[in-house]
Parts: sequence; structure tokens; C-alpha cells
Amino acid sequence: MGFDLANVTVEERKELERNVFVGTLEQLKAWARSNSLWPLTFGLACCAIEMMGTGASHYDLDRFGVMFRTSPRQSDVMIVAGTVTKKMGPLLRRLYDQMPEPKWVIAMGSCATAGGPYVKSYAVMKGVDQIVPVDVYIPGCPPNPAALIYGINKLQEKIRYEAKTGKRVTAR
Amino acid sequence: MSDPSETPAPNQPRLEAAAALVKAELGEDALEEAYLNALSGDAPTLVLAADRVDEAAALFRSHETLRCTYLRNLSGIDCETHMEVIYHLMALESGEDYVLKTKLDREAPSVPSVTAVWPAANWNEREAYDLLGIVFTGHPDLRRIMMPDDWEGHPLRKDYAPLDSEV
Repeated sequence: MGFDLANVTVEERKELERNVFVGTLEQLKAWARSNSLWPLTFGLACCAIEMMGTGASHYDLDRFGVMFRTSPRQSDVMIVAGTVTKKMGPLLRRLYDQMPEPKWVIAMGSCATAGGPYVKSYAVMKGVDQIVPVDVYIPGCPPNPAALIYGINKLQEKIRYEAKTGKRVTAR
Repeated sequence: MSDPSETPAPNQPRLEAAAALVKAELGEDALEEAYLNALSGDAPTLVLAADRVDEAAALFRSHETLRCTYLRNLSGIDCETHMEVIYHLMALESGEDYVLKTKLDREAPSVPSVTAVWPAANWNEREAYDLLGIVFTGHPDLRRIMMPDDWEGHPLRKDYAPLDSEV
């Protein structure tokens, strides 16, 4: 039985266009990874409440494949939700190091992005990107659950874009 | 509305009794000042000499007219010229409250610990040591409670300059 692509009827062509996807293996991996991002629950402060609200039934995160895992060994993305103090910094780095590759970091809220309203404090680390490489920053204090979902979608787009073009968006 | 200078404040007898008791038991030089703090509901406030605080604390806890078994709060204050430690006490059976204060030298602030009298003072004194540098002599375990153990400096002092301001 031969498969002659040169002489294919219109109906067969439409059938093929509907059912056959062509892409690279990298794109397939990126599609799988982006649709099943398992975050490490890293709720530190008030942003954690909004993250819980996003994961709850009204703004469900499970429909995006996002399932919160409590162990860093089983998670893909670390959503830093809340204020990172100078005492917590080394522990955060240790948990990030325990995550297996490929891994991403989302800085949720203004405290994780740049210190937030506590930027002048003696004990607060001004932005978590001083210790871990951040992929997506979500501004807000706290960000709306819809904003968090937007940020997660942005990370999904970034994963697929980096696989499609082979281009790293951020310098690691 | 009655003139406050005419009607005596209801807490004045308590203040005078406590002041007289402190002077009688601990001597004239233990008590520096005694007044009613109008800003906090006319609380009887006694300002003590720094080195007599532990004896005064034991007196306030055990004497039958005072019986202040509840230490509500212990905190340190950095006034620019000196430091203060302030103790909020309460007698639970009668609901009476007293406030003890001491003024400390700012260069080397040191006051006897009252942990032996009220065990609740343990962590409060650790906090005052951690954030202001007030040394409580006789404290069973005086070390930093909030800042990391290797932190340098006392952050709530008015002249605190962080060593790592860019982090």
C-alpha cells in the first residue's frame, strides 16, 4: 500500500490537514511541558492566598494542567508568591537547586519582583531574581487570580516559543 | 464637663500606694519618677533606676497588694538621647494595670532580666536585644531571635545603616 502525497484528493487533503500535525520533537516536548506545568507550592505571604484562590474552583488552575506539588523533586515551575526575606533566600535557592531540569520560575507579585512595599526594609530581599533566574514577572500586590493565570499562560507561550525557534528568551 | 484639676483621677491612690511601696522596700533612689500616663488611660507609670528593675519586678509580682502576675508586654524604645525599656504589668484578679519604665544609657544599654519573675519575658527580651542591642543581664539564653544569627548591627536603632543596602 503506497502513500502517494502528490496525487491526493481534496477530501483526503482536508482530512489530513485536520488530523496530521507536523513539527519537531522539541515542539512536541514543549507542548507536553507547557500543558502540564506542576508548580512547587512556594507561597510565602499574601500572594499565596491569591495563588490558593486561583487554584480553587472559581478560577480553576487544574484545567491548565497546573497541579500543585509539594516536593521540589516533582515540580517543573516554582511560583515565588510573597516576600522573600534575607533569611529565606538561601533556603529558596536550595529548593530551586533541588528541582530537576527543565525548570522555570515565576515571580508573583511585587515583593518577589523587586521587594514590593517593603523595599526599604532591612530584612527584605529586593527581588528574587538576585538568587534564581526568573522567567515571568507578574506585577500586582497581590495580582488578581486572572493576572496569575495570564502569567502562567505567558510562561506556556515562552516555553513553546523557545522550543519552536530554538532561541533562549532570557540569558541564564 | 468637670475641670480635670479639681476632680482627682481615680488611679491616683493606686499610683501613690505603688510608689510608696517601692520606696519603702527598695529605697528612695530606686524610684525616679511616678506619674499617670494620660495618653494610655491614666495608667500608673513608675520610672525606676535601671539596676533595680529585677527587685522591683519581684516586688510587683509577689506583694499582696500588687500581685501583678501577668506581664502583658516588654519592649525597648530608642529615644535619640537614651534608650528605654517599658514593662506593662497586670494583676489578673483585680484587673489593675501598672507600667514600669527604665531609662538606659545609649552607648551600652544594660538592664537586669526579669525572666526569673515572669517567664514570658524571655522572648521579648531577646527581641529587644536583637533589634536594639539592649543587654539583659541574667537572661538564660540571650541571642538573636528574628535576624539571622550572623547579622551585624541592631536594625531598629535610629542610627542603623544596613551593611548590604543593595541586596
